Amino acid sequence: MAGTPVTVTDSSFATDVLNSDKPVLVDFWATWCGPCRMVAPVLEEIAKEHDEITIAKLDVDANPTVARDYQVLSIPTLILFKGGEPVKQIVGAKPKAALLADLADYLG
Amino acid sequence: MPATESTPVRDVIIIGSGPAGYTAAVYTARAQLEPLVFEGTTYGGALMTTTEVENYPGYRDGIMGPDLMEQMRAQADRFGADIRTEDVEDVDLSGPVKYVTANGVRYAAKAVILAMGAAARYLHVPGEQTLLGHGVSACATCDGFFFRDQDIAVVGGGDSAMEEATFLTRFARSVTIIHRRQEFRASRIMLERAKANEKIRWQLDSEVLEVLGEGAVKGVRLRDTVTGAESTLEVTGLFMAIGHDPRSALVKGQVATDDEGYVLTQGQTTYTDVDGVFAAGDLVDRTYRQAITAAGSGCSAAIDAERWLAEHGESKAHEAPELVGGGYAPTQN
Repeated sequence: MAGTPVTVTDSSFATDVLNSDKPVLVDFWATWCGPCRMVAPVLEEIAKEHDEITIAKLDVDANPTVARDYQVLSIPTLILFKGGEPVKQIVGAKPKAALLADLADYLG
Repeated sequence: MPATESTPVRDVIIIGSGPAGYTAAVYTARAQLEPLVFEGTTYGGALMTTTEVENYPGYRDGIMGPDLMEQMRAQADRFGADIRTEDVEDVDLSGPVKYVTANGVRYAAKAVILAMGAAARYLHVPGEQTLLGHGVSACATCDGFFFRDQDIAVVGGGDSAMEEATFLTRFARSVTIIHRRQEFRASRIMLERAKANEKIRWQLDSEVLEVLGEGAVKGVRLRDTVTGAESTLEVTGLFMAIGHDPRSALVKGQVATDDEGYVLTQGQTTYTDVDGVFAAGDLVDRTYRQAITAAGSGCSAAIDAERWLAEHGESKAHEAPELVGGGYAPTQN
């Protein structure tokens, strides 16, 4: 089953991310962030190829609370949550191979 | 892991994807050279981290930098440019056939256009790299949002420093421009715009010695460049705008550069000192560095390459793939 990124918000964050059975990689992004556009297609590919994690997108403009709670001060930032805890943080746009290497411990 | 080979020998490979790379792609694609374009994973070049571009001709009301780049990319794509979002790892420009390796696959071409642009410069002071993404930023448009009602600083004295500081006043309570001298490289219009902004403060004759803070920026330690006196400025964000360095490391030792790393071209052409290798954009340009000049030189590089190819053997673009070295390997992605 091919996956696609899901959209999460301040209000759905606990349900969709913190209480998720699967690890969730959250992409903190915004419409006005050029480098965020570079990451988006890479994440779509990863979502398609890896069912063992969920890819979620969180627009920091509309959802400032979660970004503040996790001290996101630069976008794009990717944070991987497992069992409700942030276990990996990746700041800045990176190539797919580098992202996959960073996430290797959590991918099948 | 040794690179696998990908054939055939193409006419032209373009490395880079700012206005120079995409314009070269548009022109070579329209010339039916079927260019292979390595745009890299941080594609789009310097304009991806800008806001509104007010001086690109044809966009009367301005256009957002990332939108302009997506337009150029789509235009190159429309004419059949083979665009890959991969970073080039290695090049070999020594022989009549040039080799470019990306994602473990080695590609061959008769001509190569270099358009890797320039990368934001950092201060290389203690604290800077560890706090990158945690208050230290080289992208005001990306990160300014997170510093609402805070006191922050911009380092630099050129147009980009004035532009970033002015932009950041939309969010911040105050923006202090830290600059080593009293004089500015910034243009008069940009400087006047910043000076008229009451949220902007000025910390001149000052250099940054250290970025302070653990996990988040708390301030910067400064030294007065005239008296030598040290002081601390309390800020929660520090934005770098101290210029750019040409991204020529990939071709170091293979094409001639000046002492700052700008690739040297011959006269008003885009010819480098290596036959069949052309260069354009911020990689070459230490003077103008505008979207329009980069696009212009990308166009020149495409035309130079096209004419060079016409003089140096026929195009192989329409022939059947031929095996080189280890044989044909389908490319990833």
